Amino acid sequence: MSLQALAEVIKERLGTLAKEVRIAKGHVEIVTEGGRLTEAARALKEMGFDHVKSVTAVDYPKEGKIRVTYHVSSYLKEDLSKYIVGLSVDVPRDNPIVETLVPLWNSAEFFEREVFEFFGVHFKGHPDLRPLLLIPELAEKRVLRKDFVVREEGIYEGVPHEYK
Amino acid sequence: MSISEGTIGELRAKGVEVKRLEREYYEIFIGPQHPGSGHMRIIVRLDGDIIVDADPDIGYVHRTMEKLSEGREWIKVTPLVERMTIIDACNVTLPYINAVEKLMDKRPSTRASYLRVLLCEINRIASHLYGFGIFGVFLGHSTAYMWGFGDREVFLELAEILTGTRLTYTYHIPGGVRRDMPQDFPQMARRAVRYMRNRMAEYEKIFLNNPVIVSRLRDVGVISKTRAAELGIVGPTLRGSGVRYDVRLNEPYEVYSELDFEVPVFEEGDALARTLVRMEEIKQSLNIIEQAVDWLEKHRDEPVIAKEDYEKLPKLHKELYEKTGRVKLLPTQISMKVPPGKAVARAEAGRGEIFYYVESDGGVMPYRVRVVTPSARNVIVFKKVVPGHRLMDLPAIYGSIDYFPPEADR
Repeated sequence: MSLQALAEVIKERLGTLAKEVRIAKGHVEIVTEGGRLTEAARALKEMGFDHVKSVTAVDYPKEGKIRVTYHVSSYLKEDLSKYIVGLSVDVPRDNPIVETLVPLWNSAEFFEREVFEFFGVHFKGHPDLRPLLLIPELAEKRVLRKDFVVREEGIYEGVPHEYK
Repeated sequence: MSISEGTIGELRAKGVEVKRLEREYYEIFIGPQHPGSGHMRIIVRLDGDIIVDADPDIGYVHRTMEKLSEGREWIKVTPLVERMTIIDACNVTLPYINAVEKLMDKRPSTRASYLRVLLCEINRIASHLYGFGIFGVFLGHSTAYMWGFGDREVFLELAEILTGTRLTYTYHIPGGVRRDMPQDFPQMARRAVRYMRNRMAEYEKIFLNNPVIVSRLRDVGVISKTRAAELGIVGPTLRGSGVRYDVRLNEPYEVYSELDFEVPVFEEGDALARTLVRMEEIKQSLNIIEQAVDWLEKHRDEPVIAKEDYEKLPKLHKELYEKTGRVKLLPTQISMKVPPGKAVARAEAGRGEIFYYVESDGGVMPYRVRVVTPSARNVIVFKKVVPGHRLMDLPAIYGSIDYFPPEADR
């Protein structure tokens, strides 16, 4: 099965659940709407996509949205294991809420926690939603959003005055 | 697991008599300083010495590389991301470069691909030997530690001869690599391969067939095939559970499709099987190194960067390349712009599959770099597989999944 054929199969299977199915560099991109994410994910799982490789979020401040993508693939079906499929959903930046997919894909648990701490995306129904890598105070700042600017320290910054 | 108040209420409403059994659990914090790899903490709750609940608390060596890479030029991301696993630097930077190449529609020259594969396999062996060393520490087998770290030097030295540095190579550039191999490299590589093949028999004698080690690893931390797929674990941990999945096989990158190698798979799913997978992988990597140097020896004329790039090099740079085999980067390559788009790429690193998602808005810096490392995917094992085991099994499971904190924390 080629990437093109896979995109066709997915298009047929998801039907109206997918707003858009297209081929990007090396993977198939599916965009769905908020309320339909779980259904679309279930359809993909029934096709044989059994694990999540990454939950990726990208911040688009100009459009006022955050795109959350579940990159999924298969271990047990060898013809699907060649491909990566990205199931995306757009959420508003000021109130990002996504239905959790952990009950469906256990492997998403830690990645959803990561997206929660770095982007502030709330996963409704997640069994254990708390920061994973950052301390809670830092996680509050949502550091991977575009409006968080990394301030580079100069060489002499923080050096006491008498040494300057 | 405790039953929630809601469920209890429901049961009571149905007329079921519910009595709460109070039970004291012992909670211990293992880490972030502990005698193995360190820098991570596992909070375990114990009933006697049976683990009832384990919560991996990671992030002690987190550096937010995903954010930092948004603030530097495309090519400068490589030396950043390779620092998450300096012992496996070649493998973890390769998919990033592959993703950038996909965005730029650039293909590396075949010679560069072979050199990349060569360094990747050298790295894989070094990384597995490092893992063995740490595993030895966990199990109180200090000989494995000494041997693993000692033999790893052989391969670090090979890498040094090839790239100029022991660990952080920054070897790949879009369309090629930064250095050609020295004239006498094939002989050295073959010697190292011969040496390691002999050593493998010794490792089997002292470690793998050691009754103490076997009894600590057999039937410990068993993950079934379907469970492994459900948890989304990767690498030797996955293949030890009977799943035939290796990126080099399932979606071959570089020249892996032209090379002859096997992917070892074990069905048992226990700590011993995972260890055996890594041992067998070293043997396969040795085969690949031999094949790669054979090819490289026969095809010396091809440049190590893409042909169109080579032709664009100024005379001075060309002379330097002819004389020393070094590719000096042009200022235009450092401040290059990458066409807008999204790309994903993956590779099989020492500990398993590494995944990159790279997005460009057409600027001189990436718009978004998302990286998921093998250890970050395997950390779920602590939470889902460890409960039910005895506390003494925890180091055995930890070591058998070859968990590496800086890699998981990124």
